[in-house]
Amino acid sequence: MTLFTEGFVRALQLLASGDPGVYSAIGATVTVSTWSLAASLVIGVPAGFMLGYCRFPGKRIVRTIVDTLLALPTVFIGLVVYTLLSRSGPLGELNLLFSLSGIAIGQTVLGLPIIIALTASQVETLDQRLYSTLIGLGARPAQVLLATVLEARFGLLAAAVTAYGRILTEVGISMMVGGNIKYHTRTITTAIALETGKGEFITGIALGLVLLAIALVVNGSLSVLKKRWPV
Amino acid sequence: MFWQKLLFPVVLALVLISSPVQAGEILMMATTTSTDNTGLLDYLAPVFEKDTGITLRWVAVGTGKALQLGRNCDVDILFVHAPAAEKKFVKNGFGTNRQQVMYNDFVIIGPVEDPAGIKGLTPNAALKKIEKKQALFLSRGDNSGTNKKERALWKQALGWVPEKQQWYLQTGQGMLSTINMAAEKKGYTLTDRGTWIKYMAQKGEANQLMIVVEGDSGLFNQYSVITINKDCPKVQTALADRFTRWVTSEKIQQLIKDFRLLGQPLFIPSAK
Repeated sequence: MTLFTEGFVRALQLLASGDPGVYSAIGATVTVSTWSLAASLVIGVPAGFMLGYCRFPGKRIVRTIVDTLLALPTVFIGLVVYTLLSRSGPLGELNLLFSLSGIAIGQTVLGLPIIIALTASQVETLDQRLYSTLIGLGARPAQVLLATVLEARFGLLAAAVTAYGRILTEVGISMMVGGNIKYHTRTITTAIALETGKGEFITGIALGLVLLAIALVVNGSLSVLKKRWPV
Repeated sequence: MFWQKLLFPVVLALVLISSPVQAGEILMMATTTSTDNTGLLDYLAPVFEKDTGITLRWVAVGTGKALQLGRNCDVDILFVHAPAAEKKFVKNGFGTNRQQVMYNDFVIIGPVEDPAGIKGLTPNAALKKIEKKQALFLSRGDNSGTNKKERALWKQALGWVPEKQQWYLQTGQGMLSTINMAAEKKGYTLTDRGTWIKYMAQKGEANQLMIVVEGDSGLFNQYSVITINKDCPKVQTALADRFTRWVTSEKIQQLIKDFRLLGQPLFIPSAK
């Protein structure tokens, strides 16, 4: 058997055996990536809307900055968030280092530019007449936002899926800020890094397949949602 | 702007979610990869929790990074193996109550064919011969305890560290990864005996490596715990001291002695 097929068998065995380490890593991954995505959306969608909708001085510069941030390496985010959350850093008082919340903060930094940039493009490509119609009907800014977001929902869904994919699979932030602590901050990706480091390649592949399965479930349910939620 | 109104609850929510939902006290440790990779801490932590009610959480990094985490006040206790660097750490006021816990020894491992012909030599003679024959040597290159030891051995043998040589590769990875790379590339490397036994237990018959140099007094590998200085805000000195007393107690020293793989002890207790 090749490493890969062996890994596939091992993945099924791991899941069937109810291994607490594996389930804790799956739990940590799903929990923390969900928090991160939620925070990225709540902050990113309004910010992206502003960037795509409003006119203000320096808009192009802001746009360029956001686009540049799309290329942020996760280890660099990890390093910066580590220095912020370290007990000798400015936010040390909050005790967030080596916790899932710490990872969530880092991953939010990772997801935000994706949500902002994609939301802004989406808003820009909407029918220009939408705004004038909304304003003409006497909509307040919050209502304009809501109507625009509703109109752009598929684009936003795509943005969310893209951000979730990046958040779900990152390893640098989880490793540096979370510390890969068993039963606590060990996520699937840091577990893969550890198992590979220990030479347990098959377990590593098995965990990778589990991560892929999670991505499949998320994307599958979103595509169902998209069908049931027609224009 | 209304989105600014949104920002505050979000940040607040993040902070609230994060406020620890923890039962009991938690001791945060930074340790070297060997105590984790061998499974020693997985074996000791449940006993510690049962005996004291304190949960032990650890970050396994090289000794160099562990010392840095201690210096940044991010952990309560260190469990490391680089005596010279540890003494300096304590002397500079970053840590207190350094206690010896256990030891094992370093060994030089290499391909079973032993291309440089160094089996049974002293570390000094072996390294000189590796350099002369330009045999492949893998270094952790990560400032870990093992890496510090290896660099010291090169300095002793040659007077310099062959960092820029073609045959000297710095992997930048943990011990087991580096052993794996040594097996793949048929090179020599320095490892602690505990990790080596763990590797053999994992590989079984497929093992392509063997110990070529061992048993020299210069290869002694001492592990110690150090409490992080109480000047650090939030450092839990009392919990750390409790761990130190516990791990150096007769009962736990016996547990460490009983921790075996392939019938061989991985660490030898040595608390005073």
